[in-house]
Amino acid sequence: MQADISLSKRLTSSIGKKIVVALTGVFLSLFLIIHLMGNLQLLKNDGGEAFNHYAEFMGHNPLIQFVSKINFAFILGHAFWGIFLAFKNRAARPTLYAVNKPGANSRWASRNMALLGTIIFVFIAVHLSKFWFVFHYGDIPFAEYHDGVTGEFSRIKDYATVVDIGFEQLWIVIFYVASMFALAFHLSHGVQSAFQTLGLNNKEFAPTLRTIGTVFAYGICALFAIIPVLMYLNITL
Amino acid sequence: MKFNLKIWRQKNANAPGKLVDYKIDNVSEDMSLLEMMDVLNEDLVRKNEEPVAFDHDCREGICGMCSMYINGRAHGPVKASTTCQLYMRNFTDGETITIEPFRAAAFPVIRDLAVTRSAFDRIIAKGGFVSVSTGKAQDANNLPVPKEDADKAMDAAACIGCGACAAACPNASAMLFVSAKVAHLSLLPQGQVERKERALAMINQMDEEGFGSCTNIGACEAECPKEISLENIARLNREYIYATVAK
Repeated sequence: MQADISLSKRLTSSIGKKIVVALTGVFLSLFLIIHLMGNLQLLKNDGGEAFNHYAEFMGHNPLIQFVSKINFAFILGHAFWGIFLAFKNRAARPTLYAVNKPGANSRWASRNMALLGTIIFVFIAVHLSKFWFVFHYGDIPFAEYHDGVTGEFSRIKDYATVVDIGFEQLWIVIFYVASMFALAFHLSHGVQSAFQTLGLNNKEFAPTLRTIGTVFAYGICALFAIIPVLMYLNITL
Repeated sequence: MKFNLKIWRQKNANAPGKLVDYKIDNVSEDMSLLEMMDVLNEDLVRKNEEPVAFDHDCREGICGMCSMYINGRAHGPVKASTTCQLYMRNFTDGETITIEPFRAAAFPVIRDLAVTRSAFDRIIAKGGFVSVSTGKAQDANNLPVPKEDADKAMDAAACIGCGACAAACPNASAMLFVSAKVAHLSLLPQGQVERKERALAMINQMDEEGFGSCTNIGACEAECPKEISLENIARLNREYIYATVAK
């Protein structure tokens, strides 16, 4: 048997490509949990203090900043490999069926990961320009806080107000919620798919994995989506 | 029963093809779809027309020759079935039935509904074998294999190489086929010698044949006449990762 197949060929083979997509996808899914924990602080009825401290920490901690660079690279890597995969797969069937019923044997989300991913990519671009870019480089007001325990005063950017103003615009709220639907569908296939791709699946474990993937996908996205809705309606917890 | 048929006609690999309408009457509900095709062809021959070329061999559901995509499904609408085991009673009287060849870049049409699946043979030639001498058939329990492994290997070995997985896959990926062969051999002691290279060699050949890449959609498992499980693909991925790291 001849297996003189170079490492780069192994990593760009049909399995190699999906392993890259799966590993970056797992990292991005974990990032979503962290991101969500930060966002949920926006719902606290404290004038944005908790969120502002959190955002200030995330924006200035060197370790977090390092991980965030990796995160950006992984978003691009995940997207490019995914699109690459989708184009190659399209080419594998040059003549389409005249009559085809893919709905009879598979889920819509699983067949449209590239489309859903593209929607999410557009969302991320808008999201970064509206929030991340403004947080980092925008001319935004400062808020002053007094820590009751240590007696320290702090003057930090009022990130929460930027978000608040953003979510007063209905179109942003609608765009955000719609994007979360796309993300939920994407993850509903992606999470369980990553386990399968990494070989961590069998017949006995598959139903549990499907449940974990589905709960994760819809749970995370529902929590993300509810924040702009509640902020638009001026409801705090 | 009577049916309106739309059948893909294509003179040879290079000629353009098209769906041609036929009407057929007096079809018994107990005929298989292939038997209905026989009746249609006899009719065409009587009318001095070219009969429809289609592949068939055993007509008992084990040869995997019948490369037909029927009404938008590989081997038609019945689960775990080949075309010879698809009976006309599964259709409604007067229904329009569209029959196309399996479609994939790696399965070129030879004529009408017949496609060549030599790509599968070339994938097998790259690693779907054992090269140790295993002697004659062993006495029972002479070669201990855990029951669970034996069962899983047997389930994987049920693959008949029909190509329905690649035909049904939106990516035209042959991953279920390759995974069945890799899983079957990797679970048994005889298959251990080439284990580190098998997955790499077979996947490399699969890619070179122009099959797409698996994205875990699962249409293959749903359409497989032998109900080969997706867990074999997870095993193939493990074998691939193992081979990449180990060698």
